[in-house]
Amino acid sequence: MSSVVHTAQSVGNPALNIGIFALFVAVTLGIVIKVASGKKTAAEYYTGGAAFSGRQNGIAIAGDYLSAASFLGIAGAIALQGYDGFLYSIGFLVAWLVALLLVAELMRNTGRFTMADVLSFRLRQRPVRIAAATSALAVSFFYLLAQMAGAGGLVSLLLGLDGRVAQYIVIAVVGVVMIGYVMIGGMKGTTWVQMIKAVLLIAATFIITVWTLGKFGFDFSTLLQAAVDRSPEGSKMLDPGLRYGKNGTTKLDFISLGLALVLGTAGLPHVLIRFYTVPTSKQARKSVEWAIWLIGGFYLLTLVVGYGAAALVGPERIKAAPGAANSAAPLLAYELGGSPLLGIISGIAFATILAVVAGLTITTSATFAHDIYNQVIRRGEATPGEEVRVARMAALVGGVVAIVGGILAYGQNIAFLVALAFAVAASANLPTILYSLFWKRFNTRGALWSIYGGLGSTLILILFSPVVSGKPADPKTGLSTSMITNPAIDFHWFPLDNPGIVSIPLAFFLGWLGSVTSKEYNAAKYAEMEVRSLTGAGAHNQALEH
Amino acid sequence: MAPSAPAENGREYGEAGSHGYEAVQNSDEFQDLRRRFRGFVFPWTAFFLVWYFLYVILAAYFPAFMSTKLFGNINVGLVFGLLQFVTTFGITILYVRWADREFDPRAEAIRDRVLGTPGNPTAPGGERP
Repeated sequence: MSSVVHTAQSVGNPALNIGIFALFVAVTLGIVIKVASGKKTAAEYYTGGAAFSGRQNGIAIAGDYLSAASFLGIAGAIALQGYDGFLYSIGFLVAWLVALLLVAELMRNTGRFTMADVLSFRLRQRPVRIAAATSALAVSFFYLLAQMAGAGGLVSLLLGLDGRVAQYIVIAVVGVVMIGYVMIGGMKGTTWVQMIKAVLLIAATFIITVWTLGKFGFDFSTLLQAAVDRSPEGSKMLDPGLRYGKNGTTKLDFISLGLALVLGTAGLPHVLIRFYTVPTSKQARKSVEWAIWLIGGFYLLTLVVGYGAAALVGPERIKAAPGAANSAAPLLAYELGGSPLLGIISGIAFATILAVVAGLTITTSATFAHDIYNQVIRRGEATPGEEVRVARMAALVGGVVAIVGGILAYGQNIAFLVALAFAVAASANLPTILYSLFWKRFNTRGALWSIYGGLGSTLILILFSPVVSGKPADPKTGLSTSMITNPAIDFHWFPLDNPGIVSIPLAFFLGWLGSVTSKEYNAAKYAEMEVRSLTGAGAHNQALEH
Repeated sequence: MAPSAPAENGREYGEAGSHGYEAVQNSDEFQDLRRRFRGFVFPWTAFFLVWYFLYVILAAYFPAFMSTKLFGNINVGLVFGLLQFVTTFGITILYVRWADREFDPRAEAIRDRVLGTPGNPTAPGGERP
């Protein structure tokens, strides 16, 4: 490898990058240990005792949601594909209105710890809990892979480690620290990590945005012109269609993606579980309100960061860097503020991954311990102490899965993996959530058909999509850009990368069909669920319990 | 025993025993609350979904329109995209204001009746799901 390529592989000062990250870990671990002192009840482990305020939870939601895909992925997509990258962020934001208007408050009033609490409320407990837990674990798993894949990609750029083994070690370190947060701090500790990370991420992005705009006399139009001049795509950078406008299939793919993005958020288990960390539905509403302001504001900043990276760093350098598109934002930071700013951004990018992975891990551990272990295996007989012990073990196992998955998923496209998680959430979770909250006639068969139908169809369509096999070979490398890089292996028959346009309507249809073909209907439980969901009567409020 | 204290199965508070909830559900006040809630959230959900997909479809199928320059390098697509932010923020403000002023007082009144203990919005205990 020539020395020129070598210098391009790591920018900045790796020791500084590691130092800032280590500082973040030390400070947050200290806080986690401080807030998490004392013995923990199940309620404290899963929901932090439901004692967070709406504003705190809103900031934590932003910390949970603004993942590596948002920060690095969207900025990179805008830098390379211009306007089409911006489309992602709009779907990610508008989706919050589904959560605000239809889901957050009603979920808060009806459930206690997990998504399955609500879905199984008026249906047959065991089968619905198993189904809901299965799809919750599936969504969290894909989301987790995306984050860990992102961590691997960052390492090579930021720490100057281009050996595979060194990258795997860093992924393992991220995993171990995250397990520490979750096992020691439970939901309370995790929430604090997410809040700190959200504030740091938004503040740093704000500084980069102002700095970038300052270079262009605070004229956004001039910035766009500079991005156009630098990009090989020229003025197409400003127009939709660079990525999705090629032909009829890509356009349909884009509609399909848009559907999954807007309907997926309110079905993400790690987002739903956050609504249980506040005491009332009013605070849940406030949480989403804060989250919308922070997330929306952040995406507006990424528009400047993305075009700024195109203008100041240039697409060639971004593409040549390890991590490609994902390195746009860190490279812009280096261009503006040299090694110190790059160090700060790198530290925050790692913190981002750490906080999101911790949120996912606590969700999977709650799903496993509360839904599968207690309700299904022990038929609700486990003591809270036993449940927490199992949850901690599940967090440990989840962390190991995250580390192994991160190593295996290394090199996969982060934005794609996140889009896949959204597709499963929108197909398998959201139809059942909406039906059980709003449709009187809904019943167990409808829920099972919708969850398994949505989950199964999404996975099958992905397996037989061009994402897994059959994309044309890259003329330079001779390798297909599908997951299976051998161009001779091609078993795809579904034309789209994104399955949502088929799987989401199918899951809604199956939920309807299953319900109308089954006679089951529990009027008393429906009355209880509806009254509770709208009025908050009988809602669980652990903060007042002790 | 206070009327809000949970019974053995942890489900019955005040008038809301297993039949109590159905009585509450059938009451005029609750029907009115539900009508108001759905009357607000369903039309706004329909609006933002239509508005969002209008944007998505324009971006996918009418790129020429979206590429129309308005001033400088600012084109229709960028303004349309930013308008999605504006409507999202706007609907959020409208909903929160409506819920605080119109919805919460009515929901609280019914809740107090269900629980039988005014001023205590959240009964202890309750069913473990």
